[in-house]
Amino acid sequence: MTLRTEPFIMNMGPVHPSTHGVFRMRVTLDGEVVIDMEPVFGYLHRGIEKLAEERTYLGVIPLTDRLDYLASMTNNFGYCLAVEKLAKIPVPERAEYIRVIMAELQRLAAHLISVGSFLNDAGAYFTPFLYMFRERERIIDLFEMVSGQRLLYNYMRPGGVSQDLPEEFIPALQELLKQMKGYMQEYENLLKDNEILGARAKGVGILTRDMAINIGASGPVLRASGMKWDIRKVDPYSIYNRFEFDIPTGVQGDCYDRYRVRVEEMKQSLRILEQAYQKIPAGPYHTEVPQLIRPPVGETYAHIEAPTGELGFYLVSDGGIAPYRCHVRAPSLMNLTALRDMVKGWKIQDTILTFGSIAITMGEVDR
Amino acid sequence: MFTGIENAFVNLPQALKADWPGNVWWHWVIFTLIAIVFFLGSVIMFIFMERRVLAKMQARIGPNRIGPFGLLQAIADAVKVLTKENITPSNADKIVFWLAPAIVFAPVLMVFAVVPFANGAVLADLNIGILYAIAIGSLSTIGVFMAGWSSSNKYSTLGAMRMVAAVISYEMPIVLTFATIIVLTGSMSLNDIVIAQGKYWFIFSQPLGFFLAFVAGCAEINRSPFDLMEADSEIVAGFHTEYSGMKFAMFYLGEYGEAVVMSTIIATLFLGGWQGPFLPPFVWLIGKIFFVFFLMIWTRTTLPRVRIDQLMKLAWKFLFPLALINLFATGLEVLTFPNGLPWYFIPVNFGIGVVLVLLWSRLYKVGWGRIEIQ
Repeated sequence: MTLRTEPFIMNMGPVHPSTHGVFRMRVTLDGEVVIDMEPVFGYLHRGIEKLAEERTYLGVIPLTDRLDYLASMTNNFGYCLAVEKLAKIPVPERAEYIRVIMAELQRLAAHLISVGSFLNDAGAYFTPFLYMFRERERIIDLFEMVSGQRLLYNYMRPGGVSQDLPEEFIPALQELLKQMKGYMQEYENLLKDNEILGARAKGVGILTRDMAINIGASGPVLRASGMKWDIRKVDPYSIYNRFEFDIPTGVQGDCYDRYRVRVEEMKQSLRILEQAYQKIPAGPYHTEVPQLIRPPVGETYAHIEAPTGELGFYLVSDGGIAPYRCHVRAPSLMNLTALRDMVKGWKIQDTILTFGSIAITMGEVDR
Repeated sequence: MFTGIENAFVNLPQALKADWPGNVWWHWVIFTLIAIVFFLGSVIMFIFMERRVLAKMQARIGPNRIGPFGLLQAIADAVKVLTKENITPSNADKIVFWLAPAIVFAPVLMVFAVVPFANGAVLADLNIGILYAIAIGSLSTIGVFMAGWSSSNKYSTLGAMRMVAAVISYEMPIVLTFATIIVLTGSMSLNDIVIAQGKYWFIFSQPLGFFLAFVAGCAEINRSPFDLMEADSEIVAGFHTEYSGMKFAMFYLGEYGEAVVMSTIIATLFLGGWQGPFLPPFVWLIGKIFFVFFLMIWTRTTLPRVRIDQLMKLAWKFLFPLALINLFATGLEVLTFPNGLPWYFIPVNFGIGVVLVLLWSRLYKVGWGRIEIQ
C-alpha cells in the first residue's frame, strides 16, 4: 500500500545558516525528497556594474573587491588585465610574478573556505572549517603585509601592483609553503577516505559533462565533471605559461569529485607558488600610469581562472575617464544555474550538500 | 513516620552503610535531592566540557572568561537565557507549545531513580531497572514531537518527524544489546548488573555490545553523526527552531540531560558502574560517565552527518542484525556455561565482534538514495 502524500513548499533562506549569504531556495518537498527547487537570488544586488560606469578606471578596483569577497585578489587581477588590454599598458616582469603569487595564494585561501564550508554543510561540526580557517589566517597575514587589508585588498593596479613586496614577505611565504604540506596531509587523513563523507557525497548531485558545458559552468565545477578546462592553460594570461602545473579533473561530477578537485587544485597552487617565489626578479613593480586613464575607444574582454571559475571582465570605452560599460561574467552565477537539475530527486540534506559543493559567493552572483 | 526519624537518628551510622537510602522517608528525600543536584551539576559540567573539548579539538580556546577555566560559563548562559524574551509564534498551538519543554525535560530526570552510585546506593532498586530506564528515557520523544508539531514551522515538523523515526528505529538495537546484558547477569536491576561486573567489566566480555550500544545511544540522543533532527546546517535546529528564552534552555538542558542519562546507562552496563579500586564508588561512576561523554564529543568533532535514509539503513541493516546475532551468541555461551563465563570468552567475544563488524561492513550498502521524479 502506498500512502497518499502531499507536497509542500519550504523556503530555505534568504536567512539560513547554509546559504552562504542571502540566497533563497524555494523547495517543493515530498516528505524529505526534493521534487522541485527554484533558486531565488538578487538579495545582495548592489549594482556594481552600474556603479562602475560612474567611476574612473582606477576607482572601479575597490568595487571589484566586493564581487567575490573571498577572492578579492583574483577579482582585481581580472579587472586590471581588462584595463591593460584596453589601454595597452605594459606590465613589468616583477609585477607579473607578484600577481601570480597573489592569485595563487588567493586561490588557496578561497578553496580552503570552499572545502571547509562544504564540510560544514555536510555536518562536520565546524572542525574542518576551523582547521582551514587557521591556514587561511596565515595567508591573510601575507596579504595584510602587502596591502594592509585583510579581506578587500585593493592591491593590483593597471600596470602592476600598488606596493612592492615588503622584505619579510618572501620568508613568511616560504614558511607557509613548508607548513602547508603538513596541513594538507592533515585534511587528507581526516577526510579523504571518511566513510560517512563518501556515503554522503559520492554519487550525489551529479552534473554530467555535457550539461556542465551547456550551462557554461567553469572552474572546479566543470573540471569535476571530467572536462579539462582551465583558463590558465587554454588561454594563458599573465605569465602562467612559464609554470608547470596540472589540471586535476574529476570523473563523474558528483559532490565528492568537486571536493577532491578543489583539494588537488590547492596542491597545484602550492606547486606554482614554489616555482614563482624562487624566480621573482628585481625591478619596478608597476608602470607609471596617469591617475585618469583614457583608453582609446573600443571594447575588450579579459578572463582569468578565479577560484570559482572563469571570471571575465567586459569593458567598453568611449574614450572617457570611466568605462562606458563594465560587465562581469560571474562564474558563481553560471555554476549556480545547474543547481536545480543537480538536486531534483535527492533529499533536503543533499540539496544543502550540493549547494555547498558548488561553493558560490553571493556577492558575485548578485553583484 | 516519627519512629522512623528516631530510629534513623539512633541508627545513623548503620543506616548510612550499604543500603544507604534505607526504608526511612527522609533518606529518600535527601537522596532524591542528591540525585537531582548530581544530575543538574553534571549537565552543567557536560555543557562546559563539550564546549571546552570541542574548542581544544578544533584548534581554538573556547569559553575561558567566567569563573576559573570558564567553569561558570553555563551559569552565565542560563542567566542570559532567563532575561530573553519569550516568543510564542502567533499560529502555534499554545498549550502544546508550552508543555513540550517540560515533557522533554522531566523523563530525563526520572531515569536517575534507578542508577546506583555505590553498592545499594540507589533511589529505587527496581527489579526491572533497565526496562524502566529505557521506557522512561524514550518518553521525551513525545515532547520533541509536540514541540515540532505545535510550532507550526516546517523545519520543526521535519526535525520532529526525523527524531521520531530515528528513536523508534534505534530503540531496537539498543534494547537488544541491553537484553544481552540481562542474559549474562540474569537480572534487570542495575545494581545487580554492576555487582555482576566485579570480576571484569562487560565491555571486555561484550565489546560488540558496547559498540552497538554506543552507536545506537548516540543516535537516540541525537548526537553527531546522527544529529540530523536538529541539523543546524539544514533544518536550522529542527524541533526547537521557534523556541526562545527559558523554553529553549529547557530543551538544551533536556538534550544534555539525555546525554548524561545515556552515558550513565552505558557506564553502568558496560564499564562497571561504581566498580573500581582505591577511589570511592561514586567517583568511579562519575569518571566513567565523563569518559563515555568524551567519546561522544570526539565522534562529534570528527565525523560529518549521515543522511536520513542512511540513518535508517544503519539501524535496520547493520545494528539490528548484529545485535540479534550478539544476543544469540551470548545466549548460547550462557547456556553452555551456566555458572559464569570463563575468562577465555573475552578474546572469543572480541573476535566474534570484529569478524561480524567487518563482515557486515562488506554486506551493508548505503545505496544511492535518489528518487526518480516523473
